[in-house]
Amino acid sequence: MTRGRADARAPNLDEPVVVRDVVKRFGDTVALDGVSMAVRRAEIFGFIGPDGAGKTTLFRILTTLLVPDAGEARVLGMDVVRDLWQIRPRLGYMPGRFSLYPDLSVIENLTFFASVFGTTVDAARDVIAPIYSQIERFHDRRAAALSGGMKQKLALCCALVHRPDVLFLDEPTTGVDAVSRREFWELLGQLKASGLTIVVSTPYMDEAGRCDRVALVQRGRILELDAPGVIGSRYRHPLVAVRGGDRQRVLTALREFPHAVSAFPFGETIHYADARSGSDPAAIARELDVWLAQRGLDGARAEAAQAGIEDVFMDLMETPRPQAAA
Amino acid sequence: MTLPPNDEPAIRVRDLARRFGGFIAVRGISFEVARGEVFGFLGANGAGKTTAIKMLTGLLLPTSGEARVAGYDVYRETESIRRHIGYMSQRFSLYEDLTVRENIELYGGIYGLSDERIAKRSTELIARLGLHDVRDTLVGSIPLGWKQKLAFSVAVIHDPAIVFLDEPTSGVDPITRRQFWEMIYTAASKGTTVFVTTHYMDEAEYCDRVSIMVEGTIAALGTPNDLKSRYGAATIEDVFVRLARPAA
Amino acid sequence: MRRAPGSAARGPLVAFMVKEVQHILRDRQTLTILILMPLLQVVLFGYALRTDIQDIRVAVVDPTPDYATLALRNRLGATDRFRLVQVLPDASRLETLFRRNEADVGVEVAPRFGTRLARGEPADIQIVADASDPNGGTTMAAYVNAVIDDFAGQMGASGGAVHIALDTRMRFNPTLASVNLFVPGLIALVITLVSALMTAISLSREKERGTLESLLVSPLRPWQIIVGKVLPYLGLGLTIVLLVLAAAWGVFRVPFRGSLALLLGEALLYTLVSLALGVLIAARTSTQRSAMLAALVGTMMPSALLSGMIFPIASMPAWLRPVTYIVPARWFIIIARGVMLEGVGLVNLWIETGVLVLMTLVLLVAAVRSFDARLA
Repeated sequence: MTRGRADARAPNLDEPVVVRDVVKRFGDTVALDGVSMAVRRAEIFGFIGPDGAGKTTLFRILTTLLVPDAGEARVLGMDVVRDLWQIRPRLGYMPGRFSLYPDLSVIENLTFFASVFGTTVDAARDVIAPIYSQIERFHDRRAAALSGGMKQKLALCCALVHRPDVLFLDEPTTGVDAVSRREFWELLGQLKASGLTIVVSTPYMDEAGRCDRVALVQRGRILELDAPGVIGSRYRHPLVAVRGGDRQRVLTALREFPHAVSAFPFGETIHYADARSGSDPAAIARELDVWLAQRGLDGARAEAAQAGIEDVFMDLMETPRPQAAA
Repeated sequence: MTLPPNDEPAIRVRDLARRFGGFIAVRGISFEVARGEVFGFLGANGAGKTTAIKMLTGLLLPTSGEARVAGYDVYRETESIRRHIGYMSQRFSLYEDLTVRENIELYGGIYGLSDERIAKRSTELIARLGLHDVRDTLVGSIPLGWKQKLAFSVAVIHDPAIVFLDEPTSGVDPITRRQFWEMIYTAASKGTTVFVTTHYMDEAEYCDRVSIMVEGTIAALGTPNDLKSRYGAATIEDVFVRLARPAA
Repeated sequence: MRRAPGSAARGPLVAFMVKEVQHILRDRQTLTILILMPLLQVVLFGYALRTDIQDIRVAVVDPTPDYATLALRNRLGATDRFRLVQVLPDASRLETLFRRNEADVGVEVAPRFGTRLARGEPADIQIVADASDPNGGTTMAAYVNAVIDDFAGQMGASGGAVHIALDTRMRFNPTLASVNLFVPGLIALVITLVSALMTAISLSREKERGTLESLLVSPLRPWQIIVGKVLPYLGLGLTIVLLVLAAAWGVFRVPFRGSLALLLGEALLYTLVSLALGVLIAARTSTQRSAMLAALVGTMMPSALLSGMIFPIASMPAWLRPVTYIVPARWFIIIARGVMLEGVGLVNLWIETGVLVLMTLVLLVAAVRSFDARLA
């Protein structure tokens, strides 16, 4: 039975994770530069940003592995510095590199992590069943011999085996193929539906849509924080998608357009941002059609587009611009 | 040095297979990559991509089938293949404890460039990448995006006929990712063939043609638009998921 | 599907040790090397010491030649293995012969040897070996000893007793390495290898793989991680020690005169010192490679070179000698030699044991404290 666990849960804790003005430095490098945010109960909260944005450092602070230089962080109402031994049994953590023992089998890995938390695999059967059923037929295989997607699922099982109240997943989908990624997010959706609070980080912008709310992070700062759809609607420029034509030539032509802010390839299209805020993107698209046709790029078609997370991120991020030689 | 000795395609593969004991990693794949083409090589984890790339770069002997890379045979002429290709992996091949300039000089030296040529290329590269101020900084302490561009430049320092890029953009920010693809295009426009793997499905759209490997075979091959219309899908990701899901 | 009655949770510590044992057993290559290497060393070293040596050059010091000494000289000269190179009137020139490498063994016969024998008084013969080549020296001395023994038996039957003193210490290598002296040193090395080196590598491997992060966020306390890591290696180390002892006795009859329990107890103490060193090293290094190098240079090298195992401490330069006091292996080797070869008990070894106990306490505390509950 897990009654003790239920009693220990703070009543109506609406924000299981709260971070206030957290700063963390490593020597001269500022990994976290004043981060504040809160995660709501039973939501999937995503930290979206490239490597080096500070995601792993923040996760390590939240999982009591690092102490912040300034600010405070609370998990399940407890302080991550002072209350580490109360917090640890109640959080699940999947570090960036899948934390598995390659020379142990699937079931041995799982049994080990269960025992470390003083429980058994059987006791967690109902929680891990949807995931474990997908790897159960390999239960005798050593973890080293699993494919990336299978390792990812086993690591998730190991992080869940002690029935944590909040789950931290640091880049669980990095290096994993698109299919396995999709399946993984579906599993997270099921876990969330069972009431688990999930904090996840990813460098893949297209995964933002899988989260209830996201924080865009770069260089230790939160650039934007909200539901993915809301963030997209806050894009500051009229946005036009251009399709067809010779990609390089179209890009060059768009960047030469007098009102251009930026033009970047986006899958099969090119996203063009215009400096005239408030203008109708459809009208701008018509201007661009003419502009491109004048340059002999008849094959290209422009149309108004809806900005996504990646557009917003690229607009808000600081570009690391190396100094060109004089 | 860029061009293969005769007029054949950059890569020609016929019925290439590789078996590990009882496990068949690659079961007879065939395709061609034209010179100057940007060829996307997609597939699920464990579909056989890595094995195929190892055979094409001369690191692993095929069990059967033929493959010619830059005009050289993968069975007998692996030395020549290695001299005519460049390779950059997801974890980069740069030495973190050497400076930017030392890395460039090292790779120039490895590929047998003359001292004079190395000095010239090194100055050229540092200027083009805007790394002048950090030329004597250890590579380990420069930002990931720069490192990645440097790794690419170093992989093509000897003007190879073909460059193999294995998940080159993993984990970098979206702007750097796009700048990286512009470098790829520049290289391709100069005649270098680019063979690239990626988990970013939007990047598949940037390739001239893509192939999708499923369980050791090539399940689909064509231009991104071809594939989307053939499978009635809106994006390459949808095509990918449709092909790979039964396998997962 | 609640917890089934039969599947009670294994204690975290037990689970940890089970996992550790699995790691050890599954890395067959390392395990094979760990077990075979010390055994091979015993065998190789043992046989190297027992190789036959031909053409031993003997110098006899015979101040007062008489019937008995002549008989001895004849006996030595008649043996194929020996060549009588010089007969000297007194021992003063013996040193010169050794230094010029003109003789291997000296046989010093006491003055009035024959007369003493005839009167039934004790008569002394001293065998002096050139111990600059320790292996050869002892072997040669042993051969000469055997011949004189035989001779003494015959002489003794006809009157007085012959006293033979085998003196190899006075020459250039005071603590002669022999298989007997080597085995205690080997035991120290095995323990250092398995405890310090293997623990350091295995802990830093968890760091490198990222599994340490998962262990740290669990309710496991740092001391539990250390104990769980260390106990299986302790068991492995003691097992190999027993194997080495068995091999040394079985193949070469290396004596074991003292108490096995005492030796194992002391070995346990020394293992704890080494394990603590291993943990300290792993805490201070971030990769397996640097942990391995640090353990080799920091524990293996001093244990081999500064412990008196190979090079006698007495012959080290004065400035180096004090350094050996902080090498745990130095103390353990004294203990092990004492217990094995001399059969002494704890009464005579309490100083060395005390030093090890002190080292254990200090290092264990340092090891647990170095191992933070968080990432550095």
